[in-house]
Formats: sequence, structure tokens, C-alpha cells
Amino acid sequence: MERPPLITKRMTFGETSLSVIFAALAAASFWIALHAYTAVYAFHAVLFALGSAGAVVAIRKRYQARPAAPAPLMIDGRPNYNLGPVKFTAIAALFWGVAGFLVGLYLALELAYPQFNLDLPWINFGRLRPLHTSAVIFAFGGNVLLASSFYIMQRTSRARIAGDLAPWFVVLGYNFFILIAGTGYLLGVTRGHEYAEPEWYAILWLVVVWVVYLLVYLFTLARRTEPHIYVANWFFLAFIVTVAVLVLGNNVEIPVSIYSAQSVIVWAGVQDAMIQWWYAHNAVGFFLTAGFLGIMYYFIPKRANRPIYSYRLSIVHFWSLIFLYIWAGPHHLHYTALPDWAQTLGMVFSVVLWMPSWGGMINGIMSLSGAWDKLRTDPVLRMLVVSVAFYGMSTFEGPLMSVKAVNALSHYTDWGIGHVHSGSLGWVGFVSFGALYCLIPWVWRRPLYSLKLVNWHFWIATIGIVFYISAMWVAGIMQGLMWRAYTPQGFLEYSFIETTEALHPEYLIRAAGGGLFLIGALIMVYNIYRTIASPEIDTAEDIAASPQLAE
Amino acid sequence: MSQTTHHAPGGGLQKRIETNSILLVVAILILVSIGGIVEIVPLFYIKNTIEKVDGIRPYSPLELAGYNIYVREGCYTCHSQMIRPLRDEVERYGHYSLAAESMYDHPFQWGSKRNGPDLARVGGKYSNDWQRDHLRSPRSMVPTSIMPGYPFLAETPLNGAHLAEQMRMLRVVGVPYTDAQLENAAADLTAQSAPDDPGAAALRQRYPNVVINDIASKGGVTEEDALVAYLQHLGVSVDFKLYDDKANIR
Repeated sequence: MERPPLITKRMTFGETSLSVIFAALAAASFWIALHAYTAVYAFHAVLFALGSAGAVVAIRKRYQARPAAPAPLMIDGRPNYNLGPVKFTAIAALFWGVAGFLVGLYLALELAYPQFNLDLPWINFGRLRPLHTSAVIFAFGGNVLLASSFYIMQRTSRARIAGDLAPWFVVLGYNFFILIAGTGYLLGVTRGHEYAEPEWYAILWLVVVWVVYLLVYLFTLARRTEPHIYVANWFFLAFIVTVAVLVLGNNVEIPVSIYSAQSVIVWAGVQDAMIQWWYAHNAVGFFLTAGFLGIMYYFIPKRANRPIYSYRLSIVHFWSLIFLYIWAGPHHLHYTALPDWAQTLGMVFSVVLWMPSWGGMINGIMSLSGAWDKLRTDPVLRMLVVSVAFYGMSTFEGPLMSVKAVNALSHYTDWGIGHVHSGSLGWVGFVSFGALYCLIPWVWRRPLYSLKLVNWHFWIATIGIVFYISAMWVAGIMQGLMWRAYTPQGFLEYSFIETTEALHPEYLIRAAGGGLFLIGALIMVYNIYRTIASPEIDTAEDIAASPQLAE
Repeated sequence: MSQTTHHAPGGGLQKRIETNSILLVVAILILVSIGGIVEIVPLFYIKNTIEKVDGIRPYSPLELAGYNIYVREGCYTCHSQMIRPLRDEVERYGHYSLAAESMYDHPFQWGSKRNGPDLARVGGKYSNDWQRDHLRSPRSMVPTSIMPGYPFLAETPLNGAHLAEQMRMLRVVGVPYTDAQLENAAADLTAQSAPDDPGAAALRQRYPNVVINDIASKGGVTEEDALVAYLQHLGVSVDFKLYDDKANIR
């Protein structure tokens, strides 16, 4: 393939401008590090400076190594997919997943045995819990979403991803955000909003990364050869756009100083509470639901080699889901100082939300029509389908808990913890594992090392989830009932600490369940490692662009 | 899908949207905006959202420092500050929480999970000494407590250098700090941190209800002092003997 260079090699506009921007950011970060109010903020500024300087060097090195011409869009009439960022985020997802599960297990042990806090600031429950939630939602889940969306957008568009540096900027920039956020929690930098703890400078950085992500998506879709945008992409677009709106709305804040890690949020009290739960509930709705439904809509039909059950249902449930979800936030604030009218709206829409949620579930599960036998033979497909079953279960439980009478009992208890974990371990976890078990062999072009190990992973993790959520149901309902128990004389029967003591056995069972889930994930890591370490097989283009759609 | 074009049963509009990514993005934006606008915007203009009630004041500098530590340590991950108007909660913790009581909290700290009890009215419930001992070693006070110990707070000097800056920023976003409160931030911090400070009278005038530290720490003001001052202020602002809950019916 020796050809004389047709174009003289020079840095592209993107390479030059990005180098300049990063050089400026490195200098600014260094300046801030020198003047920072706190050591933690100085540390973060140094990380920004090092990261930016590293980016300049990396761009330079990449330029030296690359051929003069830009990567071709097509090779021999086939799209020249850019799978580097997909591979990076797939591995990052596994890494963050194991880290996040491990921290979760540690937190479970802290609740069972408070001595695990060691009386230290960095690992006390209050600082570790945001690390756990962010690690599993934003680090693990986020990287799964990046990997799968970058893969799906190329495959369904039959086009190479738009941008040369842009996709790398997104995946590296996003993981840098995770690093800043996570180290911040341990060192005591937080905004004090659940699932939205990162401080202003981390958010500012995230917003830039997110805008580039959306642009990459739209420009890639613009290259598609098929006029229709495949349904998975609708969900990914809803996820990207709405998460942007939510993050901006929940982060209207003024830094105390450019030299301070601390900011003051404009919202206060009841308005802050409403905006926070509008954000947080829809982080569930659009990050953990819409995004992962995008994954479901690609990988289940692909893996089952069947068309999507109903195209009409996917239209109805997409639009109704995104419209209704946004309203459900106030169910986190039942019986609080939030006005009743808002609570009632939240409850009504949460109950209605049950329907589109089950529309999605039906569409996912019924796509197996004609291929049910594969559930017996293909543990990866089984994992994907069971994830949708868990989705159905927790989207039934959610509306139930949002009814005020039920919420009066369940709120503030472990029932809520059980509910999020049936959704996150069962739905998000399993659909992610299933997608990665498909995706990794496809992009590395190697067969999966062992289906038997997938089977082990599936069963160990499933038993773990059942332990976890049953323990939390019992713990939550028991504590809720104990709080409101009265003696015949009309006194409260239990002191608060007695209700805490009663939870100890359930906390042990929960820790065991979480431990099993972690063991399952470690089996997966080994399986994936053996897969990637095996020799590549030279397959022809064997994977079709996107699943068929039913009429 | 490459060869066969599927037919959009949704007909005209759906077909137009799903073949145009910009239209798709715009349609998504419109649909997801409605619920948020309807639920959030009225909270800023419907007058009875926040009750009219006497006694709520901005945090003193030491209390604000304590609030910052409360947020930093993630206390809200285990303690709510929101008593619901349910019989058992009102009997266990006191009068149900008012929206007004957190109207100067940027951010709000209502919480969502009670691994420990609600703290909305913990102020004045225990002595400063109890709070200190409990923070240093929770199980010395409550043998089966699952709370982490925070002995390091008693050993960490409070960094109050930028509190005035934070107070100024809070004023920008609507917390009614007076000029006198801003100018005397450093003096008020000192006055609240130790007994018998000459500035105590002025501090009490600027911050009614303030609980002054009853032991002078040897090594200057600590983070523990600040956190205790904050905890002692929780829920004590409103005099519920005088509060008329019918006046705020919504």
C-alpha cells in the first residue's frame, strides 16, 4: 500500500485550535492553583493543568504518528468505523463498575458495622455515598452509554463517527470529569445535592464535554444513508438533550470566587428542593432509563436476531415516556413543605408513567417472539431480557411508592434504597452487562471467551439482587411500621435507635447480596480479559447495520 | 434495515420528525420542558409557597461555617431536616417543618433517607457537651448507634477566612444579610466561639437566638465548634406557641 503522499501533512484546524485552547487552560489552571483558597482546590487545579498539558502533548504525538490524509470515511465500500473511543469507554465502564460496586459493598458494611468508618474524614459514610452513587451511575453507566451510543450511532447510520479529535475529547473529557468529581467527594468538595454533588468547575467542564457529545451525535446522524433515524437514537438524543437541560437547571450557581471550590446556588429551600428532585428523578428518567432503553432497542433485537416487536409501540412509548417522566419529581417530596398541588401533580404523573414504562418493557421482551428458545441457550440474551423484566418490576414499584399513602410509610426508609437497586442492579446493571458482552466481542473481533462464565455471572448476580432487594423491602417496611407504632397507652412504641438496631440482620443480607453482585462483575472482568487477550479472527462484515423494524 | 425502508405508521408528523435530527431534538426539548415549567415556575410567584412567619434569620458566621461542614461531610445522606405532618413524626421530632425554615438554605438540606433521626428540630434538644461527645464518639452516648465518629472535627482549626465572601455571595442570591452583619463577620465569629467575649451583646443583637459556645477551645475555634453551633440553631427560630398554621393554609 505504498503510495506517494497526495497531501502535505499539516495540523488540522481542530488540532491547532484544540492545542491552543488546552495550552491556555493549562496556564489558567496553573495560575488558579497558585492562588487557590484551599489545598483541595489547588490539587484539582493542578489536575486540570496536568490534564490540559497532557492533551497538548497527546495531540502533538498523535499528529506525528498519523498519516497525512484524514482517516477515510469508507474502505472498500464499507464504512470505516472509528471504534477506538468505543473500546476505551467499554473498558472504562468495567473499571468504574467494579470500583463503584466495591465502594457500595463497603458502605453496606459501614451501615452494618460503623467501625468500618475508622473515624476518618475521607471514608466516612457521608463522603463515600456520593462516590458510590456517582461511580455506578455516572462513571459506570455513563461509560456504558458512551460506548454503546458511539457504536450504535455509527452502525445505524452506516457512517464513521463525525469528528477526528471530538469523540476522543468526549470520552477522555468525561472520564476526567469523573476523576475530578470523585476525588472531590473524598476530599470534601460537594454541592450537597444528591446525585449532583460536583462543584461548579467540574460542572462547567462537563457542560463543554456534553455539548461536544451532542454535536458529535448530530453530525454523525447527518452522515446517515438511511433517511429514518433508528429508534435507539431517539432515546439517546432524548437522554443527551434532557440531561443537559437538567444539569443546567440544577446548577445555577455563583462561585464564591474563581479561587474557591465552593459555590452558592441561586435556588434555596423549597424551590431548591423542587428543582433538585426534578433533576434527580429525571436523571433516573433520562440517564438511567432513556439512555439504557436506547441500548435495549439495539442490542436485544440484534442479539435475538429478530425485529423489534412493534414499531408503533416504540413511537407511542417514546413520546409519552419523555413527556410524562419530567413531571414525576415531586413524588420525592410527599408530605414535605412543598405545596400540595405540586405533590399531587407528581403523584398523578408518576402513576400514569407506569403505562409508557411497561410499553417499553413489552416492546423489549416481545422482540424475542420466535426466538424464545435462545433464552435457554444464550446467557447474554437472557441477561438482556431479565434486565427488561427488572425494569418492568421497578417501574411498577415506582408508581406504587409515589402514591402518597404508600409513600408516608416508605419515604426515608430502606424501601427506597431497595427500589433504586432493583432498577440499578437489575435493569441498568444487567442491560449494561448484556450490551458489553455483545459489544466487546464485536468491536475487538473475537469470540466471547466463555458463555459458561456468563451463565455463572448471571446466576450469581441475580441471586445477589434478590438478596439485596428482599432485605431492603423487609428493612424498609419494618422500620416504617416501627416508626409509627404506638403502645396501647398512646405513646410511640419505639425510640429511633431501636428501629436502627432492628435493621442489623437485613443490613448483613444486603451486604451479602451486594458482595455476590460484585463477584459476578469480577467474573465478567475475567471473561472479558480472556476475550480481548485471545487472537483476533478475521471476519468479514458480518453484523448488519441495525435491527429490522416490524411494520 | 439497509435494503428495506420501513413504513412509518405514525404517518406524516412522526415521519417528518424521525427523518430530521434537528426537528427531533426540538420536539424532545419542547416535550420535556412542559412538566418542569408547570411545576417549578409557580413556586417562585405563588405567595403562600413560603409561609409568612417571624423569627427566621440568616445564619451567623459560626453557624454558616457549621452548615458548610454539615454539607461537606454529607450529613444529609443519613439525616433529614424535614418533619412531615404525620402524627408519629410530629410527636417524635416536633412541629412539622415549614418551607420558611429553610428559605435561606443554599442548598436545602431536607435529605431523603433516615439512617439516623431527623435533625430539623435538634437545636436545643441536647447540650453542647452532649453534641461534642456524640460527634467525637457516637457510641459513647448511644451504644448501638451506627453513625461514623467525627473526632477529627475537634482537632481541625476552623478556616473562616472566606466566610464573609460567602455571606456576600449569599446576599446576592437573596439572603438578607445586613451591611452590619457583613462588616462584622469576623468579630461575630469570634464572639460566638468563646464565652465572655466583649462582642457577645452586639452578636446577640445581630443574630437573635444565637447559642454561644460555652467552653473556650484551647487551640482556637475548631470545626466542631462551628458544627455544634449550627446544630443548636436547627429548628429554633420559629416560636410555635405563637405560630398560626391556619393563616398559611394553601
